[in-house]
Amino acid sequence: MHVTLKLFATLQDYLPPEARKTNALALELDAGTTVQQVIERFGLPQKLCHLVLIDGAFIPPALRATRPLQTGETLAIWPPIAGG
Amino acid sequence: MAWTRKILRVDLSSGACKSEPLNMEWAQQYLGQRGLATKYFISEVDPKVDPLSAANKLIMTTGPLTGTPASTGGRYSVVTKGALTGAIACSNSGGYFGAELKFAGWDMIIFEGKSAKPVYLAIENDKAELKDAAHLWGKTVWQTEEIIKKSHQDPQTRVCSIGRAGENGVMYACIVNDLHRAAGRSGVGTVMGSKNLKAVAVRGTQGVSILKDAKAFMSAATAAKKVLADNAVTGQGLPTYGTQVLMNVINEMGALPTRNHRDSQFEDARKISAEAMVEKRPSDGKSHLVTNNACFGCTIACGRISRIDETHFSVVNKPEYWGASGGLEYEAAWALGAANGVGDLEALQYANLICNEDGFDPISFGATVGAAMELYEMGILTEKQIGMAAPFGSAKALCELAQMTARGEGFGKELGLGSARLCEKYGKPELSMGVKKQEFPAYDSRGIQGMGLAYATSNRGACHLRGYTVASEVLGIPVKTDPLVTEGKADLVKAFQDATAVFDSAGVCVFTTFAWTLADLQPQLDAACEGDWTMEKLAVVGERIWNMERQFNNAAGFTAKDDDLPPRLKTEPVKTGPAKGLVSGIDKMLPEYYQARGWDANGVPGKETLKRLGL
Repeated sequence: MHVTLKLFATLQDYLPPEARKTNALALELDAGTTVQQVIERFGLPQKLCHLVLIDGAFIPPALRATRPLQTGETLAIWPPIAGG
Repeated sequence: MAWTRKILRVDLSSGACKSEPLNMEWAQQYLGQRGLATKYFISEVDPKVDPLSAANKLIMTTGPLTGTPASTGGRYSVVTKGALTGAIACSNSGGYFGAELKFAGWDMIIFEGKSAKPVYLAIENDKAELKDAAHLWGKTVWQTEEIIKKSHQDPQTRVCSIGRAGENGVMYACIVNDLHRAAGRSGVGTVMGSKNLKAVAVRGTQGVSILKDAKAFMSAATAAKKVLADNAVTGQGLPTYGTQVLMNVINEMGALPTRNHRDSQFEDARKISAEAMVEKRPSDGKSHLVTNNACFGCTIACGRISRIDETHFSVVNKPEYWGASGGLEYEAAWALGAANGVGDLEALQYANLICNEDGFDPISFGATVGAAMELYEMGILTEKQIGMAAPFGSAKALCELAQMTARGEGFGKELGLGSARLCEKYGKPELSMGVKKQEFPAYDSRGIQGMGLAYATSNRGACHLRGYTVASEVLGIPVKTDPLVTEGKADLVKAFQDATAVFDSAGVCVFTTFAWTLADLQPQLDAACEGDWTMEKLAVVGERIWNMERQFNNAAGFTAKDDDLPPRLKTEPVKTGPAKGLVSGIDKMLPEYYQARGWDANGVPGKETLKRLGL
C-alpha cells in the first residue's frame, strides 16, 4: 500500500536528503503496518515522536502500536514543539 | 525589587512629570503589569472615552518580576483603550525596555492629556522630562532609536517608539522597543501617536533589590529555570525552531486560515515554515535564519533573527534591509503569507521588516490585505483603486502595500483602517475576519473549536494570547483535548484565560506556560512580593482581572452580540483536512462559557461573581 511519511523539525534528519526538501517520503508498506512499526523502521527516538497525526488527526501514544495505516494516508510526526 | 512602589505620571498637556506612590492595596489585589495597570486605567478613564482623544490615557507598566532574575522577567505592557477595537487594550512586549524601566525605579508610567507638539519622554533613574521631538517626527522606529541613543550618548539607553504608522493614524499601529519587539496589538501605538508622544527613552542603573526573601526567590527562580531547561518544548523545541514550527502542524491539521479564511489549508505552507527558514537558498547558499534570540532574562530564546535574500525583488536595490533582523515569527508569517495566499518567504520577511521599521501589527495588516485581496477578486475593489493588481498570492502587491501603509500613501491609508472598517466601507462587513474589529491570528476556529470561543470572548478583541487553547487542543499541554469538538471548551477557555492573566501581570512571558504551571510561578512571586501569594490567591487574582476587563468593555458599550464570530466561520464548512465539513460551534459554547464564568445570558458578571471576586 502507498503511504506518505512526513517528518518535521529535528526529525527531518531521519529522512533521506532529497526528501528533506519537502519533509515528505513516499512509502510502499505491507498491509497492516502500524504507526509504531514505521517509527521503528526509521529509528525515530520514541521520546521525539511527540505529535503524531494521520491525515491531520491526532493519534494518541497508546494507539500507535495497534493503529494500522491505510493506503493513501499521510503519517506526520513532530518532536515536542510549540509556538504562538 | 518586586515593586518599586513608584509611579511616574506624565501630563502631556502641561508637560508636568511627577512621582506618585504605588497603591499597594491594589497591588495585593491585581499583582502588577496587566492587572494593576488596568485597575488604574479603569479607575481614571471614562469607558466611553474616544480612544484618540486627550481624555484617553496610556499606561506603560512592568510586573513585580520584571527586571528580576526570574526567567523571561523582562516583560512590560501597554494598557489603554484600543484605537482599533474601542475595548480595553493590553499589549505585552519583551526585549529590554521593561527591565530598564524597572532599573530606573518605576513600576509604571501613566500618560494623560495630549502634547501640543511632538515630544518624547527621557528618563534617567529618578529624573524624567519631556523633550522636543520635532526632529524625530516623520522618522521610522529604527531611525528614532538610533538618533536618541546618539543624542543621549549612551548606547545602553532603551527606547520604545512609534513609527510613521503611529503618526499617520494606522489603526493597528504598534509601540516598538529594541528594534523588533512590540506591544503589537489593538492600536496602542495609534493612541500614543494621537498624543504626539513619539518615544520613551529610559536608562536605569538602580538594579533590583528588596525582594521579600531574596534567598528563597533565587532558589525558586533557579528551580523554575531548570523546569524550562528540562522541558523538551522550552528547552529544545522553541529555541531551535521558534514559533514558526507551527506552520506545518496547523496546516496538516486543516486549521491554517488561508485566503481570508476561504480555505483552511495552504498549498505553500511548507515554503514559509520554520523548516524552510533553515534551508540553504539557491541564490547565495545561505539559510534565511541566522540565529535565535532571547529577550531580557529569558532562558528559552525563541526569537528568530533572519537575513533576507539580497537578490529578492523587494530589496535588490535596498541594502539597508540586507542585515540580520527580527523575524519571521509564526503569527506574522501566517498573516502576511497564508492569510493572503503568498508563499514567498523573502517577501514575507520584507513586509515583516516594514512592519517593525514603521511600527504596525503584522497580524492585523496581513489579515487586512487578505480582506482587500478578496474584495479585489470579487471586483469590488479595482486595480485603479488599489494602485496595482492585488489577487490572492501576489507577493509584489504585499510588499508594495506594506510600504504604502507605512508611509500613509494611496490605498495604504485605507489598509490602515483595519479589515473591519475597510470591509464596512465597501459594503461587505462580513468579510472582515475578526472579533471586536481586531483581526484573527493564525488558527481557524472551525478546526480548533476552543480557539473560536477564546477569540469571541477575548477582552481585547480576537487574540490568541488571552487563552491559548492551541496548547491543549493541538500540542497536548497540559493535557490533550480534541480540537474538533465543543464539549469541555468553555471550562478550558476560562482556565487558560484566568491563568494567562496572572502570567501577564507578573512580568514574565506567557511562553513559560508551555512548561510552567501556576505552581512554578507561585513560589517565585511569593518569595519576591510582599504579602502572602498562595495558589488560591493567584487563581482569584486571574479571574478578578478577567472580570474587571469585562466590566470595562460592558461599560464601554460592548454586549453579548460582540462575542461572536464572522458568519463565514459559522456557515461555510471547512473544505479539506480533518475538520472537513465543520463550522464553528460558537453558538453552543458561548452560553456554556457565560455559565462557567458566573455571568448572565447577556454576558454581564452576576452579583455573586462580583462579590466573590471583590469587584
